[in-house]
Amino acid sequence: MGKRVVVTGMGVVSPNGVGIPAFLHAIQNGISGIKFMPRYQELNFSCQVAGMPAFDWESLKTKNYISEVVFHGLKGTNIGYGLAAAMDAWADSGMGYETDEPRWETGCVFGNSIADTEAMKNVIAKVDNKEAKKLGSRVVEQAMNSGVTSYISGRLGLGNKIVTNSSACATGTQAILMGYEYIKDGYAKRMLVGSTEHVDTYVYGAFDSMRVLSRKFNDTPEKASRPMSITAGGFVPGSGSGALVLEDLDFALERGAHIYAEVLGGSSNSGGQRLGGTMTAANSTGVVRCITEAMAMAGVGPDQIDLISGHLTATNADRQEIQNWITALGRGGDDFPLTNSLKSMIGHSLSAAGSIETVASILQIVHGFVHPNINFEDPNPEITNLVSLEKLPVKMIKKEVNIAAKANFGFGDVNSCLILSKYNK
Amino acid sequence: MTRTEILDELKKVIAPYTTNKEMLASINEQTDLIKDLKINSANLVDIIIDAEAKYDIEIDYDSADKMVNVGTCIDVISEKLNQKA
Repeated sequence: MGKRVVVTGMGVVSPNGVGIPAFLHAIQNGISGIKFMPRYQELNFSCQVAGMPAFDWESLKTKNYISEVVFHGLKGTNIGYGLAAAMDAWADSGMGYETDEPRWETGCVFGNSIADTEAMKNVIAKVDNKEAKKLGSRVVEQAMNSGVTSYISGRLGLGNKIVTNSSACATGTQAILMGYEYIKDGYAKRMLVGSTEHVDTYVYGAFDSMRVLSRKFNDTPEKASRPMSITAGGFVPGSGSGALVLEDLDFALERGAHIYAEVLGGSSNSGGQRLGGTMTAANSTGVVRCITEAMAMAGVGPDQIDLISGHLTATNADRQEIQNWITALGRGGDDFPLTNSLKSMIGHSLSAAGSIETVASILQIVHGFVHPNINFEDPNPEITNLVSLEKLPVKMIKKEVNIAAKANFGFGDVNSCLILSKYNK
Repeated sequence: MTRTEILDELKKVIAPYTTNKEMLASINEQTDLIKDLKINSANLVDIIIDAEAKYDIEIDYDSADKMVNVGTCIDVISEKLNQKA
């Protein structure tokens, strides 16, 4: 029997709200964070909308997330988002930033996809212009994949395992699962976990070229992200970060920490890009196994799931995802759990999706509500043939949520699923 | 430029790289960049790059190695300025 693992702090930088209070208000009221991006129109992108957080870059300095010296020369947007979410989660769990000794009991698993390519453009230009000598000392630390974890762990003096994970859209849920496992197995008492993403112009352009983005709602950006609807024509890229402080239950109780929720377990696997799975499509057998294993690891039966926080990106994969949940849970029609997609409000923030959506799931557990699916006025009949429409709420439902399942599925045919619960003594 | 003039300008170059603002205000030629101003050793490179841009000079590797305190920084900068003149 491993240690019990609880959530004692949360932070978020989301397109529809920076900081937990603003984000909670936004998801309860179905507020979209999707905006028209004039630059994308100039660049002849098909999709010209995105979920960009209203993030005050100076706040990194003014809110003491990092020192002025570290702030000077910080260009990586992904790192900035991750720092803000992580520091907020840390403060939310009732701990101060400063320490002289390393915090040996605390580690960090934080994920991201890629360094900020827009910031790296300047590097490429200087090198090509034979001016490599002028790059200075701050490029490598921001170009490296572990940039975000290095900044976070350095600021807080974290001295346990420091891991940067990357598994496309499954990154965020996987980071949380890895942190949970280290604590459960006794390797760490506390883990700061989460993920961050800045979809820069170049990454955005590459997705645009794949023709997987929503392109028919450039005039009405708030309508552009439409999971499960008949007009779902692709996803809307989003940026941001979510972070959680996970702790060994006894360790958290000893210091009198506030406990938001418990992580009961989870699973991370791959469909092996076999049996219908490819680089870009999920093998349904792998997805079903991931969900089933997550429930088994958590010791939870399918009937106990009150809420599914879906991956549901607003592509033609939505129908198959719903079918996979039905198969894994053995529940469909009227018996299907309440299900929502945060992406209807903020778009798909790739590596950050899982951590932002986990923060949303925990807020729904803590405050007893199920957030609405917005832009769902025209449900896809292939989905409503499988599950009752009332299980896919378009208005917030006030309701006790005891157990939530949060899953994400990513390029490379990778899957991650978490089972989250109200904290019961 | 006199040494005092260079020192006043140098303060501005160094400012973004030190959190020790009180010490910065009262620096003299003996002030050590790393020990006294607590500048991260990796950031010395950035100070050299910023100084090159500010004075429109080039500071070669050997000269840069000498720049450990305020006095030696002024030595190198004034030497390069004189070469330019």
